[in-house]
Amino acid sequence: MGEIKVKEKDIVVPGDILATGMDCLPSYGTYRLGDDIRAARLGLAKVEGKVVKITSLSGRYIPKRGDTIIAKIYDVIMSGWLLDTNSAYHAMLGMKEATSRFIQKGADLTRIYALGDYVVCKITNVTSQKLVDVSMRGPGLRKLEGGRMIEVNTHKVPRIIGKDGSMVTMIKNATNCRITVGQNGLIWVSGEPDMENIAIQAIQKAEAEAHTGGLTDRIKGFLDKNIPKEAQEKNKAKAQQESSNEEESRTFDRDNKFDRDNRFDRNNRFDRDKK
Amino acid sequence: MNEAMKKHLIESLNKGVRYDKRKLDEFRKVEVEYGISKSAEGSARVKLGDTEVIAGVKLSVEKPYPDTPDEGMLMVGAELLPLSSPEFETGPPGIKSIELARVVDRGVREAKAVDVKKLCIEKGEKVWAMFIDVCTINDAGNLLDASGIAVLAALKDAKFPKYDGVEINYKEHTDEKLPLSKYPLPVTVYKIGKNLVVDPNLDEQEAYDARLTVTTTEGNICALQKGGDNPLSIDEIKQMVGLAMKKSEELIKVL
Amino acid sequence: MAYTKRIDGRKKFDELRPISAKTGIIQRANGSAMFQIGKTVAYAAVYGPRELHPKFMQNPKKGILRCYYNMMPFSGSGDRVRPGPNRRAKEISMVTEKSLLPVLDLEQFPNSVVDVFIEFPQTDAGSRCAGICAASMALADAGIPMKDLVSAVSVGRVDDKIVVDLDYSEEAYEGGPVADIPMAVIPSTGNVSLLQMDGEISKEMLIEALEIGKKKLAEIHDAQRKALKEKYK
Repeated sequence: MGEIKVKEKDIVVPGDILATGMDCLPSYGTYRLGDDIRAARLGLAKVEGKVVKITSLSGRYIPKRGDTIIAKIYDVIMSGWLLDTNSAYHAMLGMKEATSRFIQKGADLTRIYALGDYVVCKITNVTSQKLVDVSMRGPGLRKLEGGRMIEVNTHKVPRIIGKDGSMVTMIKNATNCRITVGQNGLIWVSGEPDMENIAIQAIQKAEAEAHTGGLTDRIKGFLDKNIPKEAQEKNKAKAQQESSNEEESRTFDRDNKFDRDNRFDRNNRFDRDKK
Repeated sequence: MNEAMKKHLIESLNKGVRYDKRKLDEFRKVEVEYGISKSAEGSARVKLGDTEVIAGVKLSVEKPYPDTPDEGMLMVGAELLPLSSPEFETGPPGIKSIELARVVDRGVREAKAVDVKKLCIEKGEKVWAMFIDVCTINDAGNLLDASGIAVLAALKDAKFPKYDGVEINYKEHTDEKLPLSKYPLPVTVYKIGKNLVVDPNLDEQEAYDARLTVTTTEGNICALQKGGDNPLSIDEIKQMVGLAMKKSEELIKVL
Repeated sequence: MAYTKRIDGRKKFDELRPISAKTGIIQRANGSAMFQIGKTVAYAAVYGPRELHPKFMQNPKKGILRCYYNMMPFSGSGDRVRPGPNRRAKEISMVTEKSLLPVLDLEQFPNSVVDVFIEFPQTDAGSRCAGICAASMALADAGIPMKDLVSAVSVGRVDDKIVVDLDYSEEAYEGGPVADIPMAVIPSTGNVSLLQMDGEISKEMLIEALEIGKKKLAEIHDAQRKALKEKYK
């Protein structure tokens, strides 16, 4: 009879024996060697009946279709932009996917997204050779103006976001910062300087303690300790108002789309005239 | 860092808030550990927050330069190891590491921190040579000031190896220390927007307009290096030198 | 004259020097580790998987591994080591790569590269083995898929004795023949992924030395595992 040698949430390192016996089944992050199931990476053991797998604790981001990430424009090519995805692979943002605006042939693409700009985008395709396509057409996908960027362990991102975004919403409300979390471990924060610092500390605390229970309460405690109650109330009211404003402005934008496109074209023509 | 993010950083500094909560003129925690390499005649590890460098001194007996026949030799080298940052590459030293080494070298040399005349063994024939190498371990900003402290700490730690007039026995060290009498500390002041900050973190180091490294010893300036793409006014230089000298006095206490 | 007592005072001929190990020592790296055995100290940092340039070096089937062995200028036991790559460092970098490759699963990262930088602030023989120990820990810390760690030590003979973990004074022993055999073993399979030797030794002594080395490597493997688990506690 097979035997599972590890407990749930044990830290295991590559080569560790997790189970013995052919009736135990190797799953993600494990492999079979003879009768044994061993760890094929560092992580936490996860046992489901006779199945053992490993939850990763470290490692760079690997692009996955459907992920929303924060990426940096690092090159402009004929047909669009190349983006640094904070992974081993860059992504391609095609002109059609970049904006709902009309882009005229030969337009200066850096006027839309310039080198060094950060954008929130969604991965639409990843090939076996890791060619990555992204799109910016969709709700919340946009260029990030100003603010500041921090990097966290990409495996801790789900905890930082929290269930249905509860953790990040709590931090947003308490600090009145705008926060965007990319699946690729980049987090954008923008608000009042001292509140930004508290928001970032809260995020980093959530990252460091991601594997522990009662995290939400502790982050709440941290925020309460660092921000007086009245200020939090005010921030929350502001944060909620701003988010509804944002919605409004988005609809507003859509109505005005035609106008803006025209303006954009005009700029372009001017550009060409100059040349 | 793009322009909008730089603007955001400057606005934060304008309100006196740094991204790591420090005051504009506040260093991160400085830690010095001596004798971290048994292979070197002297060595030290310096941490400025997450920034970490180590420096080691090797002593050897060389023929002096013809124009200074009775003076020992000194050379500071630096390697920005690719181990310490994703931005550093393998290959021959780039301009960044050359500048760092030369600025630190100038400080130690011009302050006459080590009495090189005492390093003469036989005039015109044999003198002690000090090779001090800085290796970066982790770059979280301000490698230059960290290197400056590390070089001085390594010199302070150094002991002569046994020398019988023909060969050096590196296995055995004497109790004799280097004739080090001064501690010329480099402090770099960064100008970001209209703000002056010391000991920059990585964000600040990406956004700065100009910087000035001021090496001070016993209340005098012994080396300067201005860097960055933008010029400085004389009034700004006055402020920066003042700030650097004040910080240098505080920092010297860690050695 | 036989070799009766170890020069540095170790009690047994198969005794390792004191070991200390730590992971996560370089915050900028994707994974990092320090491994010390006696007076030999290795730091390793892993960057990657990351994009590989120039493009013709890319392998569309799997990621490639690049190791860089480098002694800091003041880390030698004698004169200053001139900075920059030399023939010795290049060869050791290559055998280090080969010693680690069998455990790595880089098929998930086609066209990319995993860089491992190994640096030594101080050495007293056995540096390539210490480097391999540190590197395999750093790779695990970086979350790279791998079947096992790799543990390495040098074995050999000093005169009539088979010894484990030679220090510099033993390598330089003049009272009789010496052989220095750096070896790396993949603990789960017991296979050898690094093997070099200089000196002189008989076939029988060689095999015996390898068997003893393999047994002693369990202690090193333990230290590596402990250090990795410590970081994530």
